[in-house]
Amino acid sequence: MQVALMIPCYIDMFYPRVGIATLGLLERLGVEVVYPKKQTCCGQPMANSGCYEEARATEEHCARVFGSFDCVVTPSGSCTHHIRNKFTAGADSPEKQNLVRNTYDLVEFLHDVLKVREFPWATFEHKVALHTSCSAIRGLNMASMSERVHDPVFSKPKALLCGVPGIEFGEFERVDECCGFGGTFAVTEEAVSAKMGYDKLAFMQKASPDCIVSSDMSCLMHLQGCARRQKQDVPFFHLAEILNGVSL
Amino acid sequence: MSSPVDQAKNAEAFLADTAHEARLDKLLWAMRMRRDAAARLVPEWEELRTLASEIKEHTLSNLAQYLIQFEARATANGIIVHWARDAHEHNQIVYDLLAEQGTDILVKSKSMLTEECELRPFLERRGIRVTETDLGERIQQLDDQPPGHIVGPAIHKTNKDVAVLFSQKYGSDANNEDTAYLAGVMRENTRPDFLHAPAGMTGANFVVAETGAIVVATNEGNADLSANTPQLHICSVGIEKIIPTTESLGVFIRLLARSATGDAITQYTSMFRGPRKGAAMHVILVDNGRSARLGMQRFWHSLKCIRCAACMNTCPVYRRSGGLSYGATYMGPIGIIMMPTFELRKYSELPFASTLNGSCSNVCPVKIDIHEQIYGWREVMEENDQIQVVKKEAMRIADEVLSHPTLYQIATATLSTALEVLPHFAIYNRLNAWGKHRDVPEAATKTFHEWYRNNRPRTNEVDR
Amino acid sequence: MSSSQALSRNTILDSVRANQPAARSMPIIPHFHTNKPADLVATFSQSIARMAGVVVTEHVPDFDSFLRTKFSDAKVICSAIPEYAGTIKPASLNHWSEASTIDVCVLRSPMGVAETGSILLSDLELQVNTIAFLAHDLVVLLDPKQIVGNIHDAYEHPYFKLRSYSVLMTGPSGSGDIGGIVVHPAQAAKTLTVLLSPAPDAVQRAG
Repeated sequence: MQVALMIPCYIDMFYPRVGIATLGLLERLGVEVVYPKKQTCCGQPMANSGCYEEARATEEHCARVFGSFDCVVTPSGSCTHHIRNKFTAGADSPEKQNLVRNTYDLVEFLHDVLKVREFPWATFEHKVALHTSCSAIRGLNMASMSERVHDPVFSKPKALLCGVPGIEFGEFERVDECCGFGGTFAVTEEAVSAKMGYDKLAFMQKASPDCIVSSDMSCLMHLQGCARRQKQDVPFFHLAEILNGVSL
Repeated sequence: MSSPVDQAKNAEAFLADTAHEARLDKLLWAMRMRRDAAARLVPEWEELRTLASEIKEHTLSNLAQYLIQFEARATANGIIVHWARDAHEHNQIVYDLLAEQGTDILVKSKSMLTEECELRPFLERRGIRVTETDLGERIQQLDDQPPGHIVGPAIHKTNKDVAVLFSQKYGSDANNEDTAYLAGVMRENTRPDFLHAPAGMTGANFVVAETGAIVVATNEGNADLSANTPQLHICSVGIEKIIPTTESLGVFIRLLARSATGDAITQYTSMFRGPRKGAAMHVILVDNGRSARLGMQRFWHSLKCIRCAACMNTCPVYRRSGGLSYGATYMGPIGIIMMPTFELRKYSELPFASTLNGSCSNVCPVKIDIHEQIYGWREVMEENDQIQVVKKEAMRIADEVLSHPTLYQIATATLSTALEVLPHFAIYNRLNAWGKHRDVPEAATKTFHEWYRNNRPRTNEVDR
Repeated sequence: MSSSQALSRNTILDSVRANQPAARSMPIIPHFHTNKPADLVATFSQSIARMAGVVVTEHVPDFDSFLRTKFSDAKVICSAIPEYAGTIKPASLNHWSEASTIDVCVLRSPMGVAETGSILLSDLELQVNTIAFLAHDLVVLLDPKQIVGNIHDAYEHPYFKLRSYSVLMTGPSGSGDIGGIVVHPAQAAKTLTVLLSPAPDAVQRAG
């Protein structure tokens, strides 16, 4: 099976190891991966800021780059949510419609398309605090929402991570309260954003995790920034890295 | 033209008071947990939400007919129905009724609508003494502060804050912070006003068209007192509060208190269908922008709101910012989508006081798509040139770079250039804002793009 | 209606009509009887206890002595029920504000609601509406056979289409406005005691 790999701009620049792990993982699973070299960004940062007009060219470029593939995979819940549910700044085109239909977050691709549940090449005998982004939970239905008290409890990221021998999960309060990143919110409402990050870390730390894991690097970028400022040296990993066999 | 409310700055000030912030956050999260616990005990909870939403949508899409029906039934019951196009007209009607009765004293129970209309200052300037009888509203009135939360107006105040305030205004013991004691001080000082006030005012949670009745839900019983003691009972209500039938009331009453506080029902859920013998009852139906909002294709669903404040309790931004930071009658998520309809420019920054996490939409008992409307308002702000020029320019540059791969790759070659361009961090008039409380991520020595070029065959790199 | 009021009314209605979204239909409202508790009295008792109300389920042979024991300091007992005299009747109040002198008010409610622990009262039972709000303590008689399952059932009661004032009352008055801790009382009754007692033979659902 062939997929086009979409690497979000902030992963490209700051966390290429996440892109490398994603690529390695897909290749291990027998997927043929192509990487469109002219890719840049999905337009989310501008669109979410209300600067809708200023997202147009970027979104149209994204549609041109990726619009001819049957399957596009990206290790980012927020980018996937934007493309699937809010990709309206650019002009309509068959490529755009195709992209909207065919984009998957990595977790969705592994869980729902490949249906893989075991990662025998990996071990991780540590306790993780798993964070799932609001885009992933409420935008992509990747995990149950605590507000919907009658829904069955499930988590696709957790189901995948369970396939890594030795892994343990730390339980903590307010498990799906927003971490405070929120895109440009992180800068425009810096004080609230940081406090939300500090609080999220404090709840997670009560579980004494060995590391913090998420399938969204944007949340982790923010949480890591908060943690380092507080001189906490807890490691942060993208889910792709754990599944691909990273060690602590 | 006034400048927009700077919610971010107000929130920062609130956060600086760590004790008050920590307390509010903990208290309101507990309220959200109580809501969850109550919902768990009702197997049909999600079905009730859907019913409530559908009933409201049906009513709002037939609103004229239901308003006319209510007016006819209420009038037949002996209620005098008034119509107010805007806040000023509403306030004038109230004043004229009081003047006609020859009274200069008014007791009232909680009504966000009267806050919206700024009724109290209007009446006070004309010599009317107004006593708020809801404990939270009274605390805020005595402290000359607007309400900070629509269900618990003074919920941001500590017991000590209230003890000090009451000692100043009522001469009670400043050192006695016991909640029951403070509630007792309120009761003692309000009872005389109830016994002597010739006029009383309430709001209404629901207006029943079929029977010409208004329904008021309180914990304290102060609405029942405000309505049943004076000769004159005035009820002010927004036109969107109408529901068609008594039967439909059942759905809303089962959702309201559970969503607000986690109780199955409020202590007093009262229905007023007509005046007492020898007394008068007036209902003022208020528009004040609601009919215009009804025509906003993307935003009219906000009119379904039943004022439970569940959205505020779950909102992580509200809990860290405090209700007063919004500078608005309605705050938190529902406030963000309502206030711009009153004053676009003044509230142009509110839609950005959100991470769009979506928790609010899930707890809303009438299924308002709050977080989607918040996103929608951001687009409206751009269309109406309410976005700061500096920010817009930074985004324009970002779009320029991000739509041209060569420019993008040059920009990302060095961290400093990238930071200047990519809008995630540190842009426009809040340079270095990211770094105030957080470390900046370290740039990798190579981008993924460069790594791929060096580590994978060219055949897999598609020239798109 | 004055001409300015007519103008306001028409302006508002015109604006509403012009802006109303396309009509959506009214849903059929189920009454969720499948979730009816087996033991309505037990559910009612649990519900009212959550709201600081008190239920007396045992038979009380001497009502007067029960009241005198429970409220030993009470001087003014206002009875709104024909079968008990009390010290005063609502009709004897010259002015509604005199209800503030009432220590204990005795009433009979025509309906209880198991789901919430509520009891129904109207201007018919109260005669003077303020007696239930200005009195210090309330004692309400309720026939256990008149406890309905849930709020949907409750709103079928004819009072809601007939009485000028009706209230679903649940426990004594309270407020959580200070610190989110609910305390009793707030403005109205300090305690509410429900006595389960079969209704007299008189018509119960009087409109």
